[in-house]
Amino acid sequence: MRDLYEAQRAMRQARRAAMARGVLAVLDIGTSKVTCIILQFDGPGQFRESDGVGPMAGQSSFRVIGQFTTQSRGVRYGEIEIMAETERCVRHAVQGAQKQAGVRVDHVIATISGARPASYGLAGEIALRSGKVTEEDVAAVLAACEVPDFGRNRDVLHAQPVNFAVDARSGLSDPRDIVGDRLAVDMHVLTIDGFAASNLVQCVQRCDLELAGVGSAAYAAGRAALVEDEQELGAACVDMGGGVTGVSLFLKKHMLFADAVRMGGDLVTRDISAGLRVPLATAEWLKTRHGGLEATSRDDREMIDVTPEQRDEHWDGERRTVSRADLIGIMRPRVEEILDGVREVLEVAGFDQMPSRQVVLTGGASQIPGLDVLAARILGQNVRIGRPLRIHGLAQQHTAPCHAATVGLALHAANPQDEWWDFEMPVERAGVVGLRRAYRWFRNNW
Amino acid sequence: MSGLKHLTAAFSASAPPAPARRVGARPQPAARAARREPGPSRLAYRLNRLWLTPLYRRLVGVGLPLLLVAAIAGLWLSDETRRANLTGGVAALVDNIQSREAFMVRTMEIEGASPAVDKALRAMLPVTLPASSFDIELRDLREAVERLDAIEKVEFRIRPGGILSAVVVERKPAILWRHARGLDLLDAQGHRVASVTSRDVRRDLPLIAGEGAAPHTAEALALIDAAGPILPRLRGLVRVGERRWDLVLDRGQRIMLPTERPLPALRQALAMDARDGLLARDVTVVDLRDPSRPVLRMGLTAQNTLRRAAGLPEIDAEGNLIDPEEGGAKPAVTASAGRRDG
Repeated sequence: MRDLYEAQRAMRQARRAAMARGVLAVLDIGTSKVTCIILQFDGPGQFRESDGVGPMAGQSSFRVIGQFTTQSRGVRYGEIEIMAETERCVRHAVQGAQKQAGVRVDHVIATISGARPASYGLAGEIALRSGKVTEEDVAAVLAACEVPDFGRNRDVLHAQPVNFAVDARSGLSDPRDIVGDRLAVDMHVLTIDGFAASNLVQCVQRCDLELAGVGSAAYAAGRAALVEDEQELGAACVDMGGGVTGVSLFLKKHMLFADAVRMGGDLVTRDISAGLRVPLATAEWLKTRHGGLEATSRDDREMIDVTPEQRDEHWDGERRTVSRADLIGIMRPRVEEILDGVREVLEVAGFDQMPSRQVVLTGGASQIPGLDVLAARILGQNVRIGRPLRIHGLAQQHTAPCHAATVGLALHAANPQDEWWDFEMPVERAGVVGLRRAYRWFRNNW
Repeated sequence: MSGLKHLTAAFSASAPPAPARRVGARPQPAARAARREPGPSRLAYRLNRLWLTPLYRRLVGVGLPLLLVAAIAGLWLSDETRRANLTGGVAALVDNIQSREAFMVRTMEIEGASPAVDKALRAMLPVTLPASSFDIELRDLREAVERLDAIEKVEFRIRPGGILSAVVVERKPAILWRHARGLDLLDAQGHRVASVTSRDVRRDLPLIAGEGAAPHTAEALALIDAAGPILPRLRGLVRVGERRWDLVLDRGQRIMLPTERPLPALRQALAMDARDGLLARDVTVVDLRDPSRPVLRMGLTAQNTLRRAAGLPEIDAEGNLIDPEEGGAKPAVTASAGRRDG
């Protein structure tokens, strides 16, 4: 746990250095696309007081100066599978964004969508010696959380204190200087597969970039797509990506739970390709151009020409048409299956007990027409399609739902939530290590 | 069927088998050009990032062209003949421009100079006319000319038409100064104008003498101005000990003036002269070195007159008592009456 603490602190330092230098890149390595946006941090003061622009949770301090999206290769289920190809995609995206920005970027924060995330709720409690909560007490109670066995080779991606309680008063977000005897904390820890995380680090390093932070794509999408009230009152964000559908639960502006369903929009494309016997590119075109989930009788008569181009080697030039009803008939079961997976995840997470059961669908696959109707039938009545927040300088083509994770990570960089490693390591812990090191040094040298 | 079989056999026996026909060529899919990888290669990516680094940008954009220009110039100039050609060409160009008709100076006009100074000035011109005006450094020429004692100020101009005009203000001799090395003419500020061979050359000018008199010429002139009534008798001023003036009159009379404020002292002496006719009497020295206590040194006749009136023996020029009977000098007895205050 200590290594991770150091690593995360190092990344945090890198992020701060990048923000001090003013340029930071956000890299979203997804299954179907790689997006890189470059943020310029001008610091506060670029707006006058009369402009009526407040701090806006750090959003007013940065703007997007470069953005580039390219097709992703070598990624499956949100995990890097072919390093060389993914690296090339990342280079392409970074270079394109750099070209637009006109600056060289060295620090990158990246999202990771797959890698089998697992959520844990941790609880810790300490007695307060000074009678009130100090900074050290907060750090100590975070360190006092009982850590379950995460399993072999799991890395902690997020470890956020969700709730503080002093004596009987629970629901505190900032317990400092509150008088009491006991301090308790609930911490949400999100772990991911260590190899996938290492692959991501490796891929970024091979592009001569320094990793300044990693965020879960589901979490980032929730930050971008949920409005503030939804984050406060409780909502689930379903980030329907190409390979993985991420689910994150928010309550009181904290992430309580995150998981991923290993199904996504690419699966729908494969189904169309197999079912209609068209190449994958045509299937993707069919899905995005003519796809839908609610069939009407008119769709039987609406024929779509899927005649391949003459030079294509797969099909020998026969003229073929499919009806839109056929297409919907293929897409709908698969989307239902994905949403069923999401519902199972939500059930496991205890979504039924949340005060407000709002579901926000975002991500690339959420653009299928009729998804909100279908999702309302499966996930509950409060469903809406969410688009990411508008941030300064972002181009129109990057405001689509498929870039929710990218935007969310930019917001996270500008206004990070407290993580466990943002607090100082408790003194006893650091002291023991220091003493042990000193003892070892004496024994070795005298 | 059998007939047909037979026929077939007969047909095959009689005619050669049909040649194998080529299968009709189906339109083959055109070979698709290998799709280029969209992403940049690692080298291209690194070069691109390098190019985005501000330092390299500046180095390549500014440093490299500078280096290139310097290298080319250095290589070209490394050859001796090229260097000589270049300098020769530049010099020729400069010469060509400088010796154009518009810049030529043909004559020299001098105003306000005596013939001797005029001649000297013409001799001091560093070039022989006609010459280019670029070769005549007027400032240097002016400084050299003003170093001449006879010239107080000179102004050079090159006028249109190739005329070098000089406006000269000469020093006016105001006084003669006799010193150990000869006789000099000085102007009113005490600056040497010229040397003269004898006093008779300028009888109109007053004379001063003594070492260190020149810097105090102004004072001397003021004294001479003040000595109005005795001016006809004045022979000159003597600087004594480089600190004070003696006014020397004819008949060997002398007025010794103090170091400080000599002018009031002189006026005092003149006032005494006007009241008592002091200088018309037998007084050799009027000593005013201490103005509060004027001292007179009387002449021999006056002393002897006084001594006669007092019934004392007379003294001769050396101060020896004269025996009335002998009328000769007695060297053993001396009197220091000349030293006595009067």
